[in-house]
Amino acid sequence: MNLFRNVVFIAAIAGLVAGVVLACLQAYATVPLILKAEVYEQAGGGHHHDHAAPAANDTNAMSSAAPAPAEAVAPAAEDEGWAPADGFERFAFSVVANIVTGIGFALILVAVSEFAGGIGNWRQGVFWGLAGFAVFTLAPGLGLPPELPAMPAADLTQRQIWWWATVVATAAGLGLIAFRKSLPLAILAVLLIVAPHVVGAPQPDSFETPIPEGLHHQFVVAVTVTNLVFWLVLGAVVGVVRGRFTGTATSLRDSFA
Amino acid sequence: MTTASVSLGASVSSQSRFMQLALVALLGIFVVGFVGFSHIDAVHNAAHDYRHSMAFPCH
Repeated sequence: MNLFRNVVFIAAIAGLVAGVVLACLQAYATVPLILKAEVYEQAGGGHHHDHAAPAANDTNAMSSAAPAPAEAVAPAAEDEGWAPADGFERFAFSVVANIVTGIGFALILVAVSEFAGGIGNWRQGVFWGLAGFAVFTLAPGLGLPPELPAMPAADLTQRQIWWWATVVATAAGLGLIAFRKSLPLAILAVLLIVAPHVVGAPQPDSFETPIPEGLHHQFVVAVTVTNLVFWLVLGAVVGVVRGRFTGTATSLRDSFA
Repeated sequence: MTTASVSLGASVSSQSRFMQLALVALLGIFVVGFVGFSHIDAVHNAAHDYRHSMAFPCH
């Protein structure tokens, strides 16, 4: 299982780096917008969410780490189960989620790219990163744009199925275009990429929401750009780390790590 | 883009290579699926801001 170990090792380093970068970007770009949206959610009263988010003014809630009053204000957490306290705890869990899924995405990226010969350097990594961004952010984001809390949405399970189906179809399509030099397969690839959008993502019955259009648009841009940076960093770091290993260990074959 | 063709684990048989890489990919899908897509309330709440920020289907 040497290969397995090496691939996991590279993915762990790359996922850690990219996850930390993404967590920083989110703290700056997306989380403040989520907190703002939660104010509308509270005011609208509709779908009650268990984050009370009392400190959702422009000072970002990370620095004002005062979980005790936040909990005092929180309405007895209904039946939505445990949730991290606002402030530092909530931020810390976001960071952990970023790093863990960063490693998860890195595992997928490294495994798939090894089938195609591997990411040899940071520049190849950037292109692989672009592909990852197209597959995991752009394509599903067309049908299911990033949502803020209090925005209406269709059934969760159906959306998740559409999301994964779109990811798989887009990845297969891009793979066919990139690695098969055949016109019929390229046409098939385009059909695969287009198909999920012809089927259409599950949409809510009504689009009525207390969230202002401008806030949502800002959020869509923030999510898309932060994800782009995440994927570029992830691909580039995989290229650098992998290149370093194969560079020093070609004579050792796969006995490094 | 095809200059560096040094591959990891070139000495393992192609079948074993395929299995190991497939296993890695599955592991990655499992990790992302658990953190970003599981319906367990506690997991959803812990990664709430992350899920929204990644445009994962949420709520």
